[in-house]
Amino acid sequence: MKLTLHVWRQRNPADAGAFATYELEDVSTHMSFLEMLDVLNQDLIAKGEEPIAFEHDCREGICGSCGFMVNGVAHGEQPGVTVCQLHMRHFKDGDEVTIEPWRAKAFPIIKDLVVDRSAFDRIMHAGGFITVRTGSAPDANAIPITTENVEHAMDFAECIGCGACVASCPNGAAMLFVGAKIAHLGLLPQGQPERAARALRMVEAMEREAFGACSNFRACEAVCPKEISISGIARMNKDFRRVALAGPAPARGKRR
Amino acid sequence: MSHSAGFLGSTLGKKVLMAVTGIILFGFVLGHMLGNQQIYLGAERLNHYAELLQANQALLWAVRSVLLFCVAVHIVAAVQVWLRSRAARPVRYRVFRPPAVDYAARTMVWSGPIIALFIIFHLLDLTVGSAHPNYIRGDVYHNVIASFSQPVVALVYVAANLLLAFHLYHGLWSLFQTIGWDHPRFGFVRRAVAVLFAVLIGAGNIAIPLAVLTGVVR
Repeated sequence: MKLTLHVWRQRNPADAGAFATYELEDVSTHMSFLEMLDVLNQDLIAKGEEPIAFEHDCREGICGSCGFMVNGVAHGEQPGVTVCQLHMRHFKDGDEVTIEPWRAKAFPIIKDLVVDRSAFDRIMHAGGFITVRTGSAPDANAIPITTENVEHAMDFAECIGCGACVASCPNGAAMLFVGAKIAHLGLLPQGQPERAARALRMVEAMEREAFGACSNFRACEAVCPKEISISGIARMNKDFRRVALAGPAPARGKRR
Repeated sequence: MSHSAGFLGSTLGKKVLMAVTGIILFGFVLGHMLGNQQIYLGAERLNHYAELLQANQALLWAVRSVLLFCVAVHIVAAVQVWLRSRAARPVRYRVFRPPAVDYAARTMVWSGPIIALFIIFHLLDLTVGSAHPNYIRGDVYHNVIASFSQPVVALVYVAANLLLAFHLYHGLWSLFQTIGWDHPRFGFVRRAVAVLFAVLIGAGNIAIPLAVLTGVVR
């Protein structure tokens, strides 16, 4: 099939950037969206032009590297997939496709469709971990956890940190990402000792970045390739409110 | 206190402020709507109710002060949160179609200021009387009928209360999230509660100008 692509091209962070239009003649419906871009990039290289830069790694929807806006929707319109798992059979002959990088002040563009998501890393460094004794693997079932909590924790643990939630939020907020991390660890016994301090530090770290506020639009939840629920945001709100209003008691962990 | 200052300085804390003041204002709007239903019981009943509300001036002004304070906090927090969110995406998308965003959520930023303007008009119309064609102090029934007999004014009331219903719907549902009231099995009740009260308040308020306009109440 034939496709017309409007792709955001930007040489470097300082470049103003602009859309470039590419006509593709022979796109196979079996291709993934990234394979379609690979083909286009081969053409560009053959013509001596700069290929389109985009991030990718596993190409099976589990690493969180890829992601950009396809016709105004993060990872494209198919629910529950990253853009590497979006297949060209969902497009029609003659379609025009606009491809844009995530746009958020906290995610500055590095080149073309590649954005700097280290704001997420800084939030993770602030509290997205548990302190445990490392060493040999612990015995299975040594710590009792209810099935319900295991399931919910796993649902939140699915977050791959791709940034689609920020990209799709009309407010450019990172609430779903931070909520998922806080809920994931907060639902498990191993996450309890640092639960309050984690909520405080991660929310504070989030607020230091240029993310927006939550208006409960729910666009994040709708585009999340892992279909993470906004109930994680409610948990974050509750944990943060409790610790922020009570203050850091010694039992809740030291505040640095 | 530094902890609460840190809390209120965060967008999460500001949203909680909006939720708490929102609950208080919601309570007022509900009571206001229910009290006003006495218009269907005739002039004497409604005017007597108005007299009752005015009886204790100290209490009246205490309640008014609380409401005014809530409105101010609600607006200041809303503006602060809105400015922060605007700054979070300085470069717009060429194509942006975020899914699932409903009409009520999208229009909060507009329904809020429009409702604020409407409240000012409403106070000048039926409380102060300066925007009223023929205001008689103490004769609430007459004032309401005279005001709503003007089709344009009646339609303003209908439109504003429609917006209020949308604002309440999103606000009510939203505040459960903001405060962190969620439950894996009963979370769905939040949406039902929001719809119920938004429709109840919207319908109760809109019915009055429509009743006057159609001559059901005269």
